Amino acid sequence: MLAYIVRRVLYAIPILIGVNLITFVLFFVVNTPDDMARMQLGMKHVTPAAIEKWKRAHGYDRPLLYNDRRQGLGRVTDTIFFDKSARLFAFQFGQADDGRDIAEDIRERMWPSLAIALPVLLVGLLVTISVSMLLAFFRATYIDFAGVVILVVLMSVSSLFYIIGGQFLVGKLLHLVPISGYQGGIDAWKFIILPVIIGVVGGIGSGSRWYRTLFLEEIGKDYVRTARAKGLAEMRVLFRHVLRNALIPILTGVVVVLPTLFMGSLIMESFFGIPGLGSYTIDAIRAQDFAIVRSMVFLGSVLYILGLLLTDISYTLVDPRVRLS
Amino acid sequence: MAADYVYQIKRLAHPRLQSPILGIMSDYIVDLKDYAARLDAVNQGLAATAEQAGEPPPWLDLRDYPLAGVEVVDRYSYRITVQGKYPQLRYWLAMPFFAPLPYEVDRFYSQPGLAERNISLDWYPVGTGPYRLTVNNPNRQMVLERNPNFHHETYPLEGMPGDREAGLLDDAGKPLPFIDRVVYSLEKETIPYWNKFLQGYYDASGISSDSFDQAVSMGGNGEVMLTDELLAKGIQLETAVNTSTFYTGFNMLDPVIGGYSERQRKLRQAISIAFDYEEYISIFANGRGIPAQGPLPPGIFGFRNGAPGINPYVYDWVNGKPHRKGIEDARRLLAEAGYGHGVDSRSGQPLTLNLDITASGPDDKARLDWYRKQFKKLDIQLVIRNTDYNRFQDKMRKGNAQIFMWGWNADYPDPENFLFLLYGPNSKVSSSGENAANYSNPEFDRLFDQMKAMSNSPERQQIIDRMARIAHRDAPWLWGMHPKSFSLFHSWFHNVRPNLMANNSLKYRRLDPQLREQKRAAWNKPVLWPLAVIVILLVTALLPAVISYRRREHQAPQLDEAVRERH
Repeated sequence: MLAYIVRRVLYAIPILIGVNLITFVLFFVVNTPDDMARMQLGMKHVTPAAIEKWKRAHGYDRPLLYNDRRQGLGRVTDTIFFDKSARLFAFQFGQADDGRDIAEDIRERMWPSLAIALPVLLVGLLVTISVSMLLAFFRATYIDFAGVVILVVLMSVSSLFYIIGGQFLVGKLLHLVPISGYQGGIDAWKFIILPVIIGVVGGIGSGSRWYRTLFLEEIGKDYVRTARAKGLAEMRVLFRHVLRNALIPILTGVVVVLPTLFMGSLIMESFFGIPGLGSYTIDAIRAQDFAIVRSMVFLGSVLYILGLLLTDISYTLVDPRVRLS
Repeated sequence: MAADYVYQIKRLAHPRLQSPILGIMSDYIVDLKDYAARLDAVNQGLAATAEQAGEPPPWLDLRDYPLAGVEVVDRYSYRITVQGKYPQLRYWLAMPFFAPLPYEVDRFYSQPGLAERNISLDWYPVGTGPYRLTVNNPNRQMVLERNPNFHHETYPLEGMPGDREAGLLDDAGKPLPFIDRVVYSLEKETIPYWNKFLQGYYDASGISSDSFDQAVSMGGNGEVMLTDELLAKGIQLETAVNTSTFYTGFNMLDPVIGGYSERQRKLRQAISIAFDYEEYISIFANGRGIPAQGPLPPGIFGFRNGAPGINPYVYDWVNGKPHRKGIEDARRLLAEAGYGHGVDSRSGQPLTLNLDITASGPDDKARLDWYRKQFKKLDIQLVIRNTDYNRFQDKMRKGNAQIFMWGWNADYPDPENFLFLLYGPNSKVSSSGENAANYSNPEFDRLFDQMKAMSNSPERQQIIDRMARIAHRDAPWLWGMHPKSFSLFHSWFHNVRPNLMANNSLKYRRLDPQLREQKRAAWNKPVLWPLAVIVILLVTALLPAVISYRRREHQAPQLDEAVRERH
């Protein structure tokens, strides 16, 4: 397994270089270093000298990808791309254009994101599995039919509607929790509970329908019939046998998103005023802060690759027949 | 202390900082430009030495480098020497760029390791104001707490006419500030922000377009009134015309729409009449603005109210109000310009003009259609060239735009800060200045040079009036609109008076926290019965399922049809 993991990590390097290069090209197609300087310097009364000074101070006074004034390797290394990208592979994100340390900001902002994303994932998983089990148990009855209709309705509704509707109903009409905001410490639950409920409800539709299909597929198999023939209660059959065997596809979906939970949710964080990582990248794009954009895209790619690797490893844990080689 | 003010002015030229006003101040403060170059050379030497030693560059102590144009006179006085006369400097001195900074603070934040932990002056500022910034997380919350060392300052004893009747002088003579703790929370979306204001969790609010109809209704004569819902909550409204202008500019370098010939002038004047800004304000700004008669907004010296202030090429003064000229006048001007019925009499081709714009939202489509409709009134075809802001700016710098839309917020309350937007040497194309229309009229420029260093006086007003007449005739802009700000505040929030140029008004505000708590409690009583209804509904829905399950579990095993037949 170790050889497999090492090989996958080595495969990740060219992927990350490619992602970094694409990010770089896309960013500088629409922004020039001069535009970035103007944005940081405040747009008004900005002189060409001030722009040059800003570029020099932030390392944007060099060619983007190729420096024909240098010799040998310097043609590639003395460029904005190399200078800004090489350190990423050592996870040195450097400073944002406003001077703040990006790694420190990420460390600070990932906790609010996790405070929402982790409960949404865990509670959502519990609720979704329970609902889909219930429907599988009552398959081909009125409960199954009504349940599927409700799930289709739930999955057809926009996530934005859940957020605005949830804030209106729970926060504004019923006055049960604050409409938005975020607080650390013991009062945090008051602010977290509504986004978590909305996140869970918003995910029930598609999740339960998928899991229901998985369970129904398993229920028709021989080992389930055997378990029933042995006289096991239906609940026991479902939770001891069916659930365990349906776990592989569920794990694929869950483990792959685990690392990206750190990245937060843009819309959720924006509407609830949660200072997480979800809005960090978008704010940086608006501010034309390339340092943050490349760092966040790089981090997102690393976490995604890590998620896929964890998924592969988790297969071996839930299914003894699977071996990584 | 005076030395702290001087130290800060030197910091404008600090080579490791990026002061946006170094360029403009270098034109006025004696020696500042050379000082920046001298500091840059010193810094490079320090950086090179430090690099050889493998260390970060050491602190640059600006006290060691004198700036000829700024000097400490005594402990509480300092002197700035400017080139020529620059009365606007007093406004700059009131801005944060000139806030005093002790050298000790600069030295403290220059210590190695602090920046890596995001411990910097802009995150943990040092000052002498009425409040201390005790929590500074602009991504979530900022908290100001009363500064126990604030110098003694009292609420003003005098105000504007009507202030006493409005209760704005009830606190006259009392020590400032009144509020102990001020919490600013970041709300990125307008809907939760607005709802929390209505619940009483915010003391004051603006009005977003989404919430406008819920907050404000317009009377028959255009007067602004709060809706019954807001009045019942005791919410009050304050309006003020911003010291800013949103305008539509013509690129005066363009051979068709620009230029100074009678033909080009009349074309612009015709468009100025046809482009109905009254309608624009009504439809797209919910009435929050006034049509501009020139570049100067109300509140800035030189602005003329009433008949003398109108743009006579676009408006007539009728029944005590400016009245936009009819479309027939515009068509007549267009015909005189040689574009009758929107056709160029010289080439016989339809007249097509290009509007460069940055429109990105879904709401912009209606606005763009409206623009086309305005030009259609004159049978002119308008091509909208939509682009992102960076490309738009690039076009403007190169003079490739034909018609564009832009705006300006006052830096300080002086007519120079608006009229310089039409000053020839300040042209965007030739000198990267703020004159985006590249307007250049020698007489206007001469009057500007004369006016800019004058104190406010009848003579200055006369010159501004002459400049306005020239600009009205040349019509380099559709003068656009001056937006109005609408501010709402709750009944427990006092001493609110809009002042869009001042950023230090927080110390005058007063709160009634008991009333606020009472209202919040009354408005936000939890409603629990729907939760009980949901639980009952769930149980009711699941009950048949549970009964069915139990029945099935206790049923004797049965062979299904297929198995039975086989047997």
